Amino acid sequence: MTDVASVAEQLAADQRPLTAAEDARYGRSQIQLIWLRFIRNRAALVGGAVVVTLYLVAAFANFVAPYDADQRFDADIYVSPQPIYLIDDGKIYPHVLGLTLTTDPETLRRSYAPDPTQKIPVHVLVHGTPYRLLGLIPGDVHLLGVDRPDIGVFLLGTDRQGRDQLSRILMGSQISLTIGLLGVFLSLLIGSLLGVASGYYGGAIDNVIQRAIEVIRSFPSIPLWMALAAAFPPHWPALQVYFAISVVLSFIGWTWLARQLRGKVLALREEEFVLASQLSGASDLRIILRHLIPNVTGHIIVISTLAVPGMILAETALTFLGIGIRPPLVSWGTLLQDATNIQTLAHAPWLLSPVAAIVIAVLAFNFLGDGVRDAADPYSVV
Amino acid sequence: MIAYITRRLLGMIPTLFLVSILTFVIIQLPQGDYATALAAQAAGSGGTGDEAFVQAIRHQYGLDQPVYLRYVTWIVGCLHGDFGYSFEWKRPVGELIGSRLGFTILLSVLALAFSWIVAIPIGIYSATHQYSAGDVGLTTLGFLGLSVPDFMLGLVYLFVAAFFFNASASGLVSADLEQAPWTLAKVWDFISHLVPAVIILGVAGTAQLIRIMRGNLLETLGQQFVTTARAKGLTERTVVNRYAVRVAINPLISVMGMQLPNLISGSIILGVVLSLPTTGPLFLHALQNSDTYLAATFLLLLALMLMLGNLLADVLLAWADPRIRYD
Repeated sequence: MTDVASVAEQLAADQRPLTAAEDARYGRSQIQLIWLRFIRNRAALVGGAVVVTLYLVAAFANFVAPYDADQRFDADIYVSPQPIYLIDDGKIYPHVLGLTLTTDPETLRRSYAPDPTQKIPVHVLVHGTPYRLLGLIPGDVHLLGVDRPDIGVFLLGTDRQGRDQLSRILMGSQISLTIGLLGVFLSLLIGSLLGVASGYYGGAIDNVIQRAIEVIRSFPSIPLWMALAAAFPPHWPALQVYFAISVVLSFIGWTWLARQLRGKVLALREEEFVLASQLSGASDLRIILRHLIPNVTGHIIVISTLAVPGMILAETALTFLGIGIRPPLVSWGTLLQDATNIQTLAHAPWLLSPVAAIVIAVLAFNFLGDGVRDAADPYSVV
Repeated sequence: MIAYITRRLLGMIPTLFLVSILTFVIIQLPQGDYATALAAQAAGSGGTGDEAFVQAIRHQYGLDQPVYLRYVTWIVGCLHGDFGYSFEWKRPVGELIGSRLGFTILLSVLALAFSWIVAIPIGIYSATHQYSAGDVGLTTLGFLGLSVPDFMLGLVYLFVAAFFFNASASGLVSADLEQAPWTLAKVWDFISHLVPAVIILGVAGTAQLIRIMRGNLLETLGQQFVTTARAKGLTERTVVNRYAVRVAINPLISVMGMQLPNLISGSIILGVVLSLPTTGPLFLHALQNSDTYLAATFLLLLALMLMLGNLLADVLLAWADPRIRYD
C-alpha cells in the first residue's frame, strides 16, 4: 500500500509533475473515494440495488400489482398461491389453471382445486383496473394479468375477502417503506439541530437537551411507542394517523443522532475555521448551518441509513398490535394482523408472506447501511 | 465501587422523577378517559352511556380532579408502594403487576443468558475459522437473525407448531392443564412453552453478539500479546481461550446494557403474539382502555428496570475489566 504522504515525498524527490494517471489516482475527491470503497463491497451493492428496486416498485405499485389492494373476488376466498406454468405441449404458453370450488361435506370448508382442463393465458401488460400512478397519471395497464375480468390470477393467493395478497403486499409497501423514511427524516431535523446546538453552545442548553435525551432513553422503545401511539383519537383520518406515527417514531429516533452529533461538534467547535467565521461576524445560525452541519453530513447519512430498518420494523410492530396504521390504509403491518389467528394460518399459510417482504427490506437496508458506514470511514483502506 | 454505585443510584433519582412526569403526561394524552371508554362500552352493549353516567364514574374514580393533583396522588402513592387502582380489573395495580413484571424479567434474563451461551462459542469459532464455510454460513445466519423481528418469529413459530406438531404454542401452559396442579406433566408442558419463547426472544441479541464477538476476537488475535503467547509455545487452545477471549469478551458486557431495552421491548410484543403472561398483553389492554394508573405504573417500572439493568451492566464491566476505573 502506498499512502499519500509517501507518494508526495517521492514526487518531491523526483522533481517531476504528476502523470495524468497518477493525478487521477491521488487527486480523488472524498466523494469519489467513498464511492470507490462502496462499490467494492458486494453485499452493500446488492443491498443498495434491492433498496432502490423496492422503492421503485413501491412508487409504481399500481402498475406492478395485478389488482387494486381492495379489489375483491367474492368467489375466490382463501385461494392458495397459483403457480404460472410456462410451457404447454412443448410450446411457450404462460398460463394458470382455472379453479374449481369444492366444499367439504363435513366441515363445510371451501377449497379450490386447480382444473387442468381450464388453461387461462397470462399476459404481460394487460388492461385492468384503472388507477392513478403516483396519484397523478391515470392508467389501466398492469405488468401481469389475465384478460378476463371475471377470473383472477393470484400468485400469492387471496385473503378472507378474496383480495389478491401480492397486490396488497405491493400496495402496502408504499406505506411501510415511506413511513420509516419520514420518521428518519423528522429525527434528522430535530436530532441534528438539537445535537449540534447542544455541542456548540454547551452550558445550560447542553444540560437541558442532554437531560431530555436521558429521560427519553430511559424508556424501552416499544412500550414508549405503544403509549404514544395509543393516544391517537380513533376518529382521525388515515393520512393524519400516518404522519402521527412517523412523529411518534422520531420521538425516540432523534436522541441517537443528537448524542452522536454533539460529540462530533464538541470537537469541531474548537477548530480554527469556526473561530475564523465567528471573528468575521457570522451568526451562530450561519456557523451551524454553513460550517458545522456540512462537516458532519457523512455521519448523519450513515446514522440515518442504519436507522431506517428499525423504523420500518417499529411501524409494522405497532400496526400489528392494532395501534398503528389502520384500515383502509394497507401496510405490511395491517396485512400481518390477518395472520394472527392460528386457525386462519393453518388454513391459509400464505398470509405470512408479508414477513418475507419485511425481511427482504430490512436485510437490504442493513447491508446497505453497513456498506455506507464502512465506505464513509476515512481511515479504511481503498 | 460502592461509592460509584451509590452515586449512580442517587443520580437516577432526578431522572426517575422526570421519567414519572413524562410517563403520566403520555398516558393522559388520549382524548377521553376511562369513564368515556366505559360509556362507549355500555352504549355498545345497549346500556346507557349518557353524560350523567360519565360524570358519576368520573367522580367515583377521582377523574374530575386536575391532572397535576392526580399525578401527585399517584407518585406519592408509588413511593409508598401503592400504585393506584386499576379501573378495568377493579384491583390494586400492584397486585396485577407483580407476577407480570416478574415473568418479563425472567423471560428477559433467560433470553439474555441464552444469547450469551450460544453467541460466544459461535463467535469464537467464526473468528478462529475466518472466511471458512462455517464462518460464512454462521455470519449469514446471524445477519438473518438480526433482520427478522422477534414477533414475526413468534408468528412463524405459532404456525409451525400448530401445523406440523399439532400443538398449541400460545399461552404458558396448554389450555387443558391450566387448572391442574403442578405435576411433572404440567412442569414439562410449562418448559416446552417457555423454551421456544426464550429462544425466539434471544435470536436477535444472539446474532448481534456473534458479530461483535467475532469482530473483537479477530482484532485481539492480531495483537502482540497473542503473538507473544504463541511464541512462548502455548497451545493454540490456551492462546485463544485464556488470552484472547478474555480480552475480547469485555466489550460484550457493555453491549448488555444495550441488549436489555431490546429484550424488554421484545418480551412485550412477543407476549402479545404468544399470549404469554408478560407485561405485554396487560399493558396494551390498559393503554387501549385508558386504564391510566395501570398503564402508567407499567411504563414507569419498565423504565426503572431499564435504568437498573444499565447500572448492573456498568458495574459488571468494571468488575470484569480491571482497566476500567469509575472514580
